[in-house]
Amino acid sequence: MATVENNIPPGEDPAPYHEPAHDPRRRDFINIAAVSFAGVGAVAIVLPLINQMNPSADVLALSTTEIDISKIAPGQAIKSSFRKQPLFVRNLTPKEIGEANDVDVGSLRDPQTLAERTKPGKENWLITLGVCTHLGCVPLGAGEGENKGPFGGYFCPCHGSAYDTAGRIRQGPAPQNLHVPDYTFTSDTVVTVG
Amino acid sequence: MSFPWAKHYEPKQPLMRWLDEKLPLPRLVYNAIGAGYPVPRNLNYFWNFGVLAGAALVIQIVTGVVLAMHYAANGTVAFGSVESIMRDVNAGWFLRYAHANGASMFLAVVYIHIGRGLYYGSYKAPREMVWLLGVVIFLLMMATAFMGYVLPWGQMSFWGAQVITGFFSAIPLVGDTIRIWLLGGFAPDNAALNRFFSLHYLLPFVIAGVIILHIWALHIPGSNNPTGVDVKGEQDTVPFHPYYTAKDGVGVAVFFLIFATFVFFSPNLLGHPDNYIEANPLSTPAHIVPEWYFLPFYAILKSFTADFILPAKLWGVLAMFGSILLLFFLPWLDSSPVRSANYRPTYRWFLIVLVFDVLVLGYVGGAEATARNVMMGQIAAAYYFAHFLIILPLVSAAERPRPLPNSITEAVLAKHGGTAPTKTALAG
Repeated sequence: MATVENNIPPGEDPAPYHEPAHDPRRRDFINIAAVSFAGVGAVAIVLPLINQMNPSADVLALSTTEIDISKIAPGQAIKSSFRKQPLFVRNLTPKEIGEANDVDVGSLRDPQTLAERTKPGKENWLITLGVCTHLGCVPLGAGEGENKGPFGGYFCPCHGSAYDTAGRIRQGPAPQNLHVPDYTFTSDTVVTVG
Repeated sequence: MSFPWAKHYEPKQPLMRWLDEKLPLPRLVYNAIGAGYPVPRNLNYFWNFGVLAGAALVIQIVTGVVLAMHYAANGTVAFGSVESIMRDVNAGWFLRYAHANGASMFLAVVYIHIGRGLYYGSYKAPREMVWLLGVVIFLLMMATAFMGYVLPWGQMSFWGAQVITGFFSAIPLVGDTIRIWLLGGFAPDNAALNRFFSLHYLLPFVIAGVIILHIWALHIPGSNNPTGVDVKGEQDTVPFHPYYTAKDGVGVAVFFLIFATFVFFSPNLLGHPDNYIEANPLSTPAHIVPEWYFLPFYAILKSFTADFILPAKLWGVLAMFGSILLLFFLPWLDSSPVRSANYRPTYRWFLIVLVFDVLVLGYVGGAEATARNVMMGQIAAAYYFAHFLIILPLVSAAERPRPLPNSITEAVLAKHGGTAPTKTALAG
């Protein structure tokens, strides 16, 4: 054992130890470091607890859908499904295209032209989600004999939103046009959505 | 806690004495709902509804735990499992009808309980915390009721989930992300159903916990009473047991009679036939309405039809949530020192108009969106907010209340043509 200088006579207490005044003290530093370490750990555990709520891989795997459009005559529409949501594919008649193009775009709640909502050269193919942008009901108008509403497009029975022949919101509480998903024409008769 | 003249728990049996020393649970019950809790002597039958709400929660938890033994929270089989509860499980029909109608009974007694608080000023100092915790319980109940309604996975379940989670998509920028996160998909599906089931099982126990806080906060100042006058002495109170345990017993019996009438004679009266059709994501029912207890709030949501700075949809959602969050501020919006509406002639009329207004909102919420109904809903929704934000502060500042009795005892004796107030009461 190394020699330690010890001048205290037997039977007397050593002088009280005064820690040099640092701010923060060593002890504060250790406290802050320990709590921070635990805090980082807690955040690291919360992240997966939050993220588990997001769509799982099998839900995301449904993100593309192929649709055969060869059987849809002008003026007809079909209901398909994309990411478990209804999808409307509509073959517009020249009259419906004319009606959509006659509207003053500036007067719309969500200004878009028909051309912006379709693919070049395929203006008769209106492909939208069948989900009302108000609170998510399925609008009527895609099926045979359903109420197409005052603008000849789609009509949502829940709260009375009316869409025109380009699927644009014209009347009622919905804030936006029917959403157009990403899609491509893989051939003249097949569309890949997603 | 409580008044100095409250009776003290004195266990006589050695076993109870032993238990009281180790774990004073009987003492807690004695002081909470036993003879150790002095209560104003003049409570009327409106004071039954707190106990009734507690009874309804117990019924929901008992029937719910049993139903969960037979229910399967999976989109492919959920609807079938509910049908099997109705047809195959022994007494399953009874348990499910009791649970479904029990939810309506729970909300009904809670609405009356809230109305009692509004009329007799129970939200005012020193009981603000009781009121705030009550609003928290109400919000938790609404969330629980909504998620429970989704579980049978019928058409109304599915589209209710679609519409209600759609509220969150109104939030600017992050709304859609939040909605997809809540649902765990792009539309209600298995993931949503499973998490709703998990939370529907959890939240009633959270409600039970907040109820304990609600009662704890109540027992510090003690119960309010129909005069709204503070307790001044021992002659103003009676012990909770046996006086109000007996009175509550009468109320519970009537509650069970009405409850049984629904369960056994018209179990589907408050439901929607569409919910006996399995959920179909590709077809919306022609007329979506929530359960009756959400209709007034649904009417407020629907009454915003045009954009004004913010989109109409966001306004509707903000107003709907705002109509409930507003209640958190009620103790400070009403500055009148008089509690009971019996002594507030002007406020009393406006409160009656408010009740009528909420009934109109309920009607509009369930009715079709014709021009007349939308207009009616807009006026009623505007009045709802005007009541709390304009009328109430003005009335409480301008109103001249009727003279208050000097004490609860004086009010009770005067009512029964009794003697003139005693000296103690006057001095009190």
